[in-house]
Parts: sequence; structure tokens; C-alpha cells
Amino acid sequence: MRKILLLAFLATISGYLAAQQITVAAAADLNYALTDLAQRFERNTGNKVTLSFGASGNLYSQISNGAPFDLFFSADEEYPKKLVAAGIAEAPSLKTYATGHLVLWVPNSSGLDPAKLQIQLLTQPSVKRIAIANPQHAPYGRAAVAAIEHYGLKDQVTSLLVYGENVSQAAQFVQSGNAQAGLIAMSLAMSPPMQSAGKFWELPPDAYPELKQAVVIVSSSKQKKTAQAFLDFVFSAEGAAVFKQFGLTPAAHP
Amino acid sequence: MSLQALLLTLRLAVLVSLILMAIGLPLGYWLASSRWRWKFVMEAVVALPIVLPPTVLGYYVLVAIGPMSPVGRWYYKLTGGSLAFTFRGLVVGSVLYSLPFAVQPIAAAFSAVDRNLLNASSTLGASPWRTFWQIVFPLGLPGVLTGFVLSFAHTLGEFGVVLMIGGNIPGATRTISIWIYDQVQSLNYAAANQMAAVLLIVCFVILTVLYGLRRTRKWGVWGWQ
Repeated sequence: MRKILLLAFLATISGYLAAQQITVAAAADLNYALTDLAQRFERNTGNKVTLSFGASGNLYSQISNGAPFDLFFSADEEYPKKLVAAGIAEAPSLKTYATGHLVLWVPNSSGLDPAKLQIQLLTQPSVKRIAIANPQHAPYGRAAVAAIEHYGLKDQVTSLLVYGENVSQAAQFVQSGNAQAGLIAMSLAMSPPMQSAGKFWELPPDAYPELKQAVVIVSSSKQKKTAQAFLDFVFSAEGAAVFKQFGLTPAAHP
Repeated sequence: MSLQALLLTLRLAVLVSLILMAIGLPLGYWLASSRWRWKFVMEAVVALPIVLPPTVLGYYVLVAIGPMSPVGRWYYKLTGGSLAFTFRGLVVGSVLYSLPFAVQPIAAAFSAVDRNLLNASSTLGASPWRTFWQIVFPLGLPGVLTGFVLSFAHTLGEFGVVLMIGGNIPGATRTISIWIYDQVQSLNYAAANQMAAVLLIVCFVILTVLYGLRRTRKWGVWGWQ
């Protein structure tokens, strides 16, 4: 009996020892999609995934300064490429995982219909504040500014802009009704709390430079195997389905 | 260097410390003189912003001034606008954030005033108003100035609350600390360095003058007595 107990104990311990933990830095637009993916991965493998969300630029500068992340999911391709160029991330791991989309989001309390007004919604008198992510370090902020310029609305709406520290905060500004409209990531607009709180209109792809989002393994990672396993899962058919569910177009697979 | 952010922050700090004087004098006097048995609850409330994370304070302020709250709706009816992402909103947040730094030194200084003087004053027929301005205020002046300077300096360095309710608008809510944060995140270390040095020197000078005065003239009382 004792032996059996001991065996059971050892089996449990070894299970824990075999399970690895990885720490992932991810763009704020992945807040819901990647949380979902991480939970599925944890259930399948028993490994643990710790997620840190922020503006891609902020995460980039943190990793440049030695932040102990294993993986970096950016909202663009530039930051991961820069990390590879600086020798901080693994060149072979650099891969585009999805393309993001920009939407114009309004809360339910707004009387405005984004599907009908489209971009002209931004110029309605009841829109006093428009939330976007900080274009200085958030790719979705840059896309929003590009779209505003594309429609020739720069002079009209620049004074109305409020900047979220990342695209999640921009979404929070408009979801709480403190801003009346927001140019945010579709992947956040498709999340349950945002979906029930408002309506959105997807901007046509020619209005802003394509939001190709890339991932890279950080060179200093001690868990490269587990990081690669998580990447394999993200690039699997199941991973692609999750991205689609949250309004991200998964990258085409070879 | 962003002169705009610097001037904005100075304007915010001056305004906030002036408002805090208007709140801090009566509140500090009440805390110093009241015999109410539940006074300690009020003291705890005043001290809260010292221990609360600025994000908690910022979150409550954002919700309170939002369009869903009664306060936000009332303000909208009154002015046709919202406090969120405005300079006024920052003033409201900063007043709460720096409240204890103004009130505590004032209350401490007022409570150190000899009660015999107050009793003598009222026996001689002076009104409480006159007693306050001719005895309590002059004797407590070092504490009042300490409160003014500390709330000024504390507002200069405010970050979390501004990040939560500001919206990073140049000329309205982009303060020095937010500006420095942006520069660091964009890896513009040279620009961040300059502004950080300016803030460091300003705060150091303020505190040196404050503590220097305290040493030479027994000015300023910090904390409860």
C-alpha cells in the first residue's frame, strides 16, 4: 500500500516537473483571442502560459531592455523584425500569425448607426471625443491615424482624439461612454464584453496599411521548446479558428 | 523637452494646491479642534489617497465622471460637456490624489497651537472667525505652507491617475510624467533624460527649501502630533 501511495505521489510530482511555464508578451488587441488560445493550450498540454498585454511598442522596449519573456506577439511586423535585427529574438521563429482589422466602434447608448454613417460618424456633432490607441507605440493607433488621414478628416477630428495607452485602454474609454466613438481593433470589438455593449463598422482594408501581426521567440528564453509548442498550437487549425472567431484573419499556412 | 507639457503641469499643480488650501484650511481646522468621537474615521478617509494605488483612485474618478454616473450626468446638464479627458477632470483627480499632503500638515500645525491662547481669545470676546485668522492661522502658517508646497510637488509627479483619466491630449492632459513615459516607451532616452532631470531638480529644490526652512525656523510639521 505504501509503495502504491509513493508511486502515485511520484507520478504527481513528475507531472508537475514535466509541466513547463512560459511567459508571453502580447499586443493589447490579443487580450481575448490569446487568453482563449492559452487556456486551450494549458488544457491540452498541462503547461502554463502567463500572458502580459500592452502596446506593442511598450513591450518591444521592455524586451529590448531584457524583460524575461519567452514569446512576443506584436500587433505589427516591425517590432519583432527590429528585435531580430538587434539579436534579441530568434530569426527563424519570426512569423506572421494573423492580420488585424480596424473598426469604428460606438456604445449602444449612442444614437448613431456606424453601419449607415460609416466614417462620417466621426464628424457628427454628438461625437465630442474619439478614442484611439497612442500612435507613438501602438500599431492600431498608427492605423487609426492613417485611416483618418485617408478620409481627409485630419483637420476636423484631430482635436477630438484621446489617446489610450494601448488599444485596450482606447476600447475602455469608449466602452465606458467617456468617448463617444473609437477606432479600435476588431479583435476587441468581437470580445463578449464589447460585443454586448456596442456596435461597430469595419473600415475597408484600403483605408490603412495592412495590420500584419508577427510573433517571435526571445533569444534569452529558457523555455524555447515549450514556446515552440505553443506556437505550433497557435498555427494549428484550432488556433486559426480561434483567431477567426475574434475577427483576426489567420495567416495562410504553407 | 516639451515646454507645453511643463507649463501644463505647472498650471495644474498651482491650481490644485490653491484649491487644496481652500479645502485644507477648514478641514484641517476641523480635524484639529473637533471633539467628535468618530473623527478618526474622517482622518482615515483623508489619509486614504496615501495608501490607495493611483489606479484605484483613477478608476473611481473615471467611473464617477463618466456618463453613466449621476455625477457625470449632473455635470453634463450643467456644462454640456464631460470631465473625462479634460484639464478640469485632471484637477478633480489631482485634488483627491494630493488631499492628505495638504490637510495633514495643516491639521498637525493647528492642533499644536496652545489651547490656552484660544480660550483667552474667546474670553476676551473674539469671534471664532477672528480667533482663527488672528491666532490659529498665523501660528499654524508653517504647517499651511508645508501643505501647500507638498501638494504642489506631489501633483507635479502624479502619473497613475492622469494615465487613467487623462487620455494623453497635448496641451490639456499630457503632463510631464506622461510625456516622459511616452518618450521612454519610444526609446527617446535623450528627450526623456532632459525632462526627467528638470523634474528631479525642481522637486529637489522645493524639498530642500522646505526642509531648510523647517530646520532654521522650526517651520513645518509633518505628520500627526
